[in-house]
Amino acid sequence: MNIVNQVGTESKTSKENGIIMNEMSASGATAAVAERPLGLETRGLHAWFGSHHVLSDINLQFPERSVTGLIGPSGCGKSTYLRMLNRMHEFIPSAAMAGEVLMDGSDIYAPEVDAAAMRLKVGMVFQKPNPFPAMTIKENVLSGIKLANLEVPNHDEVVEKCLTRAGLWKEVKDRLNASGGSLSGGQQQRLCIARSLAVEPTILLMDEPCSALDPGSTLRIEETIHELAEKITVVIVTHNMQQASRVSDYCAFFLSDGGPGILVEADATRKMFTNPTDTRTADYVQGKFG
Amino acid sequence: MSQTGSISAPQNVPQKREMHVVYSTGDRIFRRIVTAGALTSLIVLALIGLFLLARGVEIFRDMGPKFITGTNWTAGSGDGIIPAEFSIGPMLAGTIVTSLIALFFAVPLSIAGALYMEFFAPAKIKSTLVSMLDLAAAIPSLFFGLWGVQVFSSMGERWAALTSHYLGWFPLFNNELEIFGRSPFIAGLVLAAMIVPIITSVSREVYSRTPRELVDSCHALGGTRWGAIRAVVLPFGRSGVVGGAMLGLGRALGETVAVYLLLNLVFKYNFNILESEGGNIASLIATKFGEATPYELKALLAAGFVLFLLTLTVNMAATAVVQRTAKAQS
Repeated sequence: MNIVNQVGTESKTSKENGIIMNEMSASGATAAVAERPLGLETRGLHAWFGSHHVLSDINLQFPERSVTGLIGPSGCGKSTYLRMLNRMHEFIPSAAMAGEVLMDGSDIYAPEVDAAAMRLKVGMVFQKPNPFPAMTIKENVLSGIKLANLEVPNHDEVVEKCLTRAGLWKEVKDRLNASGGSLSGGQQQRLCIARSLAVEPTILLMDEPCSALDPGSTLRIEETIHELAEKITVVIVTHNMQQASRVSDYCAFFLSDGGPGILVEADATRKMFTNPTDTRTADYVQGKFG
Repeated sequence: MSQTGSISAPQNVPQKREMHVVYSTGDRIFRRIVTAGALTSLIVLALIGLFLLARGVEIFRDMGPKFITGTNWTAGSGDGIIPAEFSIGPMLAGTIVTSLIALFFAVPLSIAGALYMEFFAPAKIKSTLVSMLDLAAAIPSLFFGLWGVQVFSSMGERWAALTSHYLGWFPLFNNELEIFGRSPFIAGLVLAAMIVPIITSVSREVYSRTPRELVDSCHALGGTRWGAIRAVVLPFGRSGVVGGAMLGLGRALGETVAVYLLLNLVFKYNFNILESEGGNIASLIATKFGEATPYELKALLAAGFVLFLLTLTVNMAATAVVQRTAKAQS
């Protein structure tokens, strides 16, 4: 992606200066967090399961090479939102949507888009570590390449590079042919991250990647996320306020009052946690509800 | 006694106390009922085996190993001029050959059907398909036999003729006589149709238990639906499908009426599956039972015992495979 090269010289500390607006609307919220080049953006996004309206009018932009945390109480639709960013939403039989998800400016839900090819650019890590049980560690890392029939000159190089980026290489380099299931939970999750990286995505979606892990493994994964954000855009759903404040550059707060989930506020993480615009955000990040 | 805890080992290890699980009267009665139920089926199975063995043991003693391998079934003349001789070699081979043909066709068909129902069928017709499948599994085999004779045979003969024409150089498909009716091939195909429902049903059940997040991962990695099936669903369901196939095999091995209607009972080893001769143990028993001499009856029951052992082995293997899958998945 050429956009990556254009912003390559920009320093990481400038991220928080990029905020340009933060405005509220009656139907929910419109929030844009940056004027940096955009890898991913949603416009007027709605989601339904059958007749149940679960997300309403989500407008959000994800600055390239940053970490955005999606926070909010259970049932506010943040996981659904995440799954709409790589079209996993459509696998649920009764699911419906409206609005647009723009990747590099073009709508990924457009009829001519090849969903499988699009997902190559958007990696995903799930809540529960889920390495493929019938495959070895090495095969797990290479599984995406095999699934998409990609041509890669040097498989071993890919394996080492991805496992290193996921912070797992040192621990497993002597047993690449062991089963993925033989690793600990935290290692399995890092293997899943390595697996997503093998197809070189520009965006990585993480759905509560640490909620099934112990604090030590959580810390390792958060370090990994920081390192990844130097090269790719990370969107992470988390229930853990401390994690959101530690790991993200930007936060988006989702909330449902029984109706469809709305985006209450999105801003730089520091502002969201110290001086949010909306009182509901303040109450939530201070642990008064949720 | 000191109140503070000590890290070093306690000086006096106390005596172990006895613990009793106390069941209420209702629990005890219920337990006896279910135990009796479980034991009854085991006892009935054992008694059937013993009955067959007891009646057939004389034949096993008289004929020796030749009973299994020989190719002659003669009731003998009552005056003893022509001695009675019983052996089931061709029938045992026919049982296995027709069952393997059935498996060969039924397993791929069942896997395809199960994958379609679980991953491709629209939600609306899926439930209809599933209940129709269970209905199909309950169709009496007599109807499969009649359908085989009346409807399928002529088509099967054409297929057999084509196979023989193009693959006749291969011993299995050789047919010098150019008569293609009533062959193990056709019987095997009808058996295949008969066991497809049970194998499909078991396979679909296993496939449906594939962890959702593994399939999602494949999609998230840019895989297609076929990619996800190949990478995750098929490996996950492999042992389950083997278990289903074994259940189908068990049914095919013991099939009586369909084979009785479809095959000419010929006591000759026939591994040219397109030729019109064959038979299996169950249909042998059905054919000979009505007019058997007392001694021949014993031979039939001995044959039954062999079949009993064969199906028991297959079913136990199936159970073992299915249990291993369940264990691996937990």
